[in-house]
Amino acid sequence: MADVIRTATRDAYGKALVELGAIDPNVLVLDADLAAATKTGMFKKAYPDRFIDCGIAEGNMIGVAAGLAASGYTVFCSSFAMFAAGRAFEQIRNSLGYTHLNVKIGATHAGVSVGEDGASHQCCEDIGLMRTIPGMTIVNPADDVEARLAVLAAAKTQGPVYLRFGRLAVPRVFDENYRFEIGKGVYLNEGVDVTIIATGLLVERAVAAVELLKARGISAALINMATIKPLDREIVLDAAKKTGCIVTAEEHNIIGGLGSAVAEAVAETLPVPVLRVGVEDAFGRSGPALELLDLYGLNAEHISDAAVRAVAMKNSL
Amino acid sequence: MDQSKKQRLKIEAVKIRQGIIESTYRAKSGHPGGSLSIADLLSYLYFHEMKIDPAEPKKADRDRFVLSKGHAAPALYAALANRGFFPVEDLKTLRKTDSYLQGHPNMNYVPGVDMSTGSLGQGISAAVGFALASKRQGDLFRVYAVLGDGELEEGEVWEAAMFAAAKKLDTLTVFVDNNNLQIDGSLEEVNSPEPIPEKFAAFGFRTIVIDGHDFDQIEVAIEEAKRTKDQPTAVIMKTVKGKDVSYMENQVNWHGAAPKDEQYQIAMNELDAILKALEA
Repeated sequence: MADVIRTATRDAYGKALVELGAIDPNVLVLDADLAAATKTGMFKKAYPDRFIDCGIAEGNMIGVAAGLAASGYTVFCSSFAMFAAGRAFEQIRNSLGYTHLNVKIGATHAGVSVGEDGASHQCCEDIGLMRTIPGMTIVNPADDVEARLAVLAAAKTQGPVYLRFGRLAVPRVFDENYRFEIGKGVYLNEGVDVTIIATGLLVERAVAAVELLKARGISAALINMATIKPLDREIVLDAAKKTGCIVTAEEHNIIGGLGSAVAEAVAETLPVPVLRVGVEDAFGRSGPALELLDLYGLNAEHISDAAVRAVAMKNSL
Repeated sequence: MDQSKKQRLKIEAVKIRQGIIESTYRAKSGHPGGSLSIADLLSYLYFHEMKIDPAEPKKADRDRFVLSKGHAAPALYAALANRGFFPVEDLKTLRKTDSYLQGHPNMNYVPGVDMSTGSLGQGISAAVGFALASKRQGDLFRVYAVLGDGELEEGEVWEAAMFAAAKKLDTLTVFVDNNNLQIDGSLEEVNSPEPIPEKFAAFGFRTIVIDGHDFDQIEVAIEEAKRTKDQPTAVIMKTVKGKDVSYMENQVNWHGAAPKDEQYQIAMNELDAILKALEA
């Protein structure tokens, strides 16, 4: 595995913005004094006249983005997930959601994999917050390939889009043939006993979990669910029908995120056991990202154990 | 300002006030006090100053207006209706379930509304975004925003003010409806943002204090704002909450309460008398 390419999705975001800037002169990028960390600094370097630093004032940045979008621009604005979805939630809800303006929120540093900065900067609540806003699209890419495609697709989508990126370099999952579409889940593996539905950096860990399960005699299907909203209910229903139990995996609070979205869809269509792997209603803490992912149970072993429990639940019904 | 123009703007201001009373009376709710206090400014902006066209409400080079104190929607709706953006008769549907005239302005429902507002502090940020867009397009249009004085207690106002001055957004003019009353009482009783002119000046604004019911002073302030380069302008308007309805003037309880039958009649009679005197 020495030749595996590792890239943080925030890096792919910065590169994709530069690519987009060359195609579309109507794109403006805003940041709140974090351009070096969110990687919008790449766009700033390439197109300084189309980059606007709003300073450490996230609420105002969202409002400025609204005014620019209402004047015809396609606006990307960035901060850490905590300060975008968290601090500026109400500005996003009223100035972007209610207006349905064409603003894309590039939120980086999502989840506990922020690492040493600790809980104040580790947002595991953003998907839950954004999901409750009518008309909001939420995309949580798994690797650099998908992150790039998500940025390009978001630019073509009218209305607000929340793009969720990570700080940690993660292994590439997809090759150049990968086709991405907002609102569509994708089977990465077929299986008969259980379906794992994963998003973001948990996708690569779910791929490893499928192998662990094989060794334990369980055939697991795997779905990559990059778009959390609108949720691909068809593929969720398909998984419930085919395997009769589901495990979700995400770097987010198990309350309000992908697990909740999948459980809601399953409960309303074909109720089967749904077990959620994620941060179990806790705050993060300081430490190396990889250690934290293990500490919070966001790894292949934990997903695999949950899958075994889900199969047992299904069989006991 | 010549007398005939001033006469015409005063008449339009009375009509806006009549629209405020009519719509909030029919709605049995709404915010007449802080709507009446900005009627003269809206008359000046919508019937004299702004480059707008009711036939093309989304025209790219139109001047923008953001009612950051969105609860004064009855005043904005009355100005837009009288200016021809939609039928005056529709003002009677304010706040009704099947109406497009929401309690606070929605840009996607109402012709002539440039930004949805209502959550205090957010409108000025959007106005700053418009001004930034104008600057990028060679000062294509001017941007006007109206804030309440109580609204200045929101931190986002000052984030926006800092940004507007730092980016030298000279097409932006911010009006503060300084009627000195907010929901829970006077500014002083609640959490005073005074001294307001000094704060805007310290944030880098050209700052002008006027009587917000004097059309000559409104004109002087706006002309000065248009001449000002490299900095935004703040016009602090000393106003009377509930202006021109005797029992509402300077009464905090008319911030968010609608007139009942008898009160409605008194208000309309008073405004009719003002209108007749102006037309005589």
